[in-house]
Amino acid sequence: MAPVLSVRGLTTVFGSGTQELRALDGVDLTVHAGEIVALVGESGSGKSLTGFSINGLLPGVARVTGGSIRLGEVDLRTLSAREMRQVRGSRVGMIFQDPMMTLNPVLRVETQMRDALRAHSTLSRQEVRTRLIAALAEVGIAAPEQRLRAWPHELSGGMRQRVAIATALLHSPELIIADEPTTALDVTIQGQILALAQRLCRERGTALVWITHDLAVVAGIADRVSVMYAGRVVEEGPVDAVLDTPAHPYTRGLIDSVAASQPKGARLPMIPGRMPLLSDLPQGCAFAARCPRRSPLCETTRPEPHPTGAGQTVRCHHPLTEPAGAVA
Amino acid sequence: MAEFILRRILQAMLVLFVMTVLVFFGIHVIGNPVDLFASSECTKACLDEIMVNLGLDRPVWQQYLIFLGNLAEGDLGRSFTHGVPAMSLIWERFPATLELAVAALVLALVIGLPLGFYAGLRPDSWISKAIMGLSMIGFSVPIFWIGLIMILTFSVKLGWLPAIGRGDLVTVFGVRVSFLTLDGLRHLAMPAFTLSLLMMSMVIRLTRAGLREVMTSDYIRFARANGVPEYRVLGWHAMKNLLIPIVTVLGMEFGGVIAFAVVTESIFSWPGVGKMLIDAISVLDRPLIVAYLIFVVTMFVLLNLVIDILYSLLDPRVRLGAGAA
Repeated sequence: MAPVLSVRGLTTVFGSGTQELRALDGVDLTVHAGEIVALVGESGSGKSLTGFSINGLLPGVARVTGGSIRLGEVDLRTLSAREMRQVRGSRVGMIFQDPMMTLNPVLRVETQMRDALRAHSTLSRQEVRTRLIAALAEVGIAAPEQRLRAWPHELSGGMRQRVAIATALLHSPELIIADEPTTALDVTIQGQILALAQRLCRERGTALVWITHDLAVVAGIADRVSVMYAGRVVEEGPVDAVLDTPAHPYTRGLIDSVAASQPKGARLPMIPGRMPLLSDLPQGCAFAARCPRRSPLCETTRPEPHPTGAGQTVRCHHPLTEPAGAVA
Repeated sequence: MAEFILRRILQAMLVLFVMTVLVFFGIHVIGNPVDLFASSECTKACLDEIMVNLGLDRPVWQQYLIFLGNLAEGDLGRSFTHGVPAMSLIWERFPATLELAVAALVLALVIGLPLGFYAGLRPDSWISKAIMGLSMIGFSVPIFWIGLIMILTFSVKLGWLPAIGRGDLVTVFGVRVSFLTLDGLRHLAMPAFTLSLLMMSMVIRLTRAGLREVMTSDYIRFARANGVPEYRVLGWHAMKNLLIPIVTVLGMEFGGVIAFAVVTESIFSWPGVGKMLIDAISVLDRPLIVAYLIFVVTMFVLLNLVIDILYSLLDPRVRLGAGAA
């Protein structure tokens, strides 16, 4: 079956000319219908930027300069601004990180949802109301009629995120990009939102890109995972394979940094150093300076993606799936 | 809400009391008005007679008590120079000032909002830079100078617009206004524009700054991510957030524009209350000055109340209630 979303060689830059910084460099991403793909990485690795590159909402200083973003049969990069607006909301939905900031503080829930609904359909006032009440009920909001009349500040964080999800799902888009939608929520609410998103995507066959830095969330929700580092996907594969037998030393480091993965009382391992600045990317592998397995090759040559045999694709000269002896 | 308004009224009465004390005793210290407006042939006996008539022969604290007593009955006294009740003088001239101020406010919004929007959406274009430069000039250049230059240009050199007066008037609901006749509009154009410059500059800068901040917010991205058309995103989702600071600032500014339209009215000989105040001060016409200031303070209080109510309509997080004042 053809994938819903197929991103190939996506390159996004900040600024222009000599000031140009490559924030995304050749990102590949494939999502099928009903599949949940997690995009993980540290802050600044380019995971949110990938999301905004797909739906064309990059901040003014950034622009996509290379690659293709195919949604079904259409390459989104070839669409005009006007056609892109038609796609947003109807075929690609987005859920944001902080529900406190996502809803407009001076507009009622109803106004915001109605604008989203009317953006792609012409319905009577009564039909709009019925649709909105049904949408709120579907994401588990009690007394949806009253909530519709509420102002955002009258709702809790979890409730606002439900409203945002309901709004994003109004036109049953084929693809939803969720940019860390649980990060700002309490753990118990996080679980509810995760379960909700998972259920809705499975039921409707929606493709979901879940951007997060939380590996526990990845393990709980995703089918596949792409690990990003300094604007590139360094490892990609089925979630079990990547989390159980990571091939990239960076993925290993991420997994080891999760407190729950270590024996009680043990010193928590961490990845030394920090991600290189975009303005200061090394010639070779961007992770080389922090990598325990680096060789002279890593510092001169950029690794290309290759399959590991266990279902993953990894960008590493010395993946963990090879015996340590291979390290020169 | 009722408690909020009541509290506002009590605050206003305190302000009024302090203001009247200051003005009353202040004018007493400056000099004797009778010396200023009595004719030069007036003898000592004649002067004394005027003093007794106006009640100026009593100690100032007694005069103040009498004034307070009359005030409680709603009587603000008669003008020394005109001999008619001070409030009737103010009411007679106030429509002219109000018309000028409202015209200035409308101009500031009609011109300022689109310019500010443009400058906020395309901050790097040279047109935006020109707009911002002009708004800076609007802030810095004195109003009387602009007014004089406009008269020099449009009345003296080009002869397009009349320099003084209100032109043809039409009576609407018992109030005489200029803006409904072509001649009146031509008279209104220059003073209204002059008076609006400061507000306009403020609207431009507030709109631009507000828009630039609002446009980077998540809720604008959210609206766009849902495919909401751009005119709706800008014209309503962003606009409603922008209006909050603009209403606040303009509301405060508007009271000032009415109260201190003095300069503009003097330049264009606009027969409003500002011109009247200047004349009253020059002859120490105390009842008229005090009445005018009471009027202005009351107007400020009412305006602030209106702003607070508008504010609560614009921003649902603001609710006028027990703790709000």
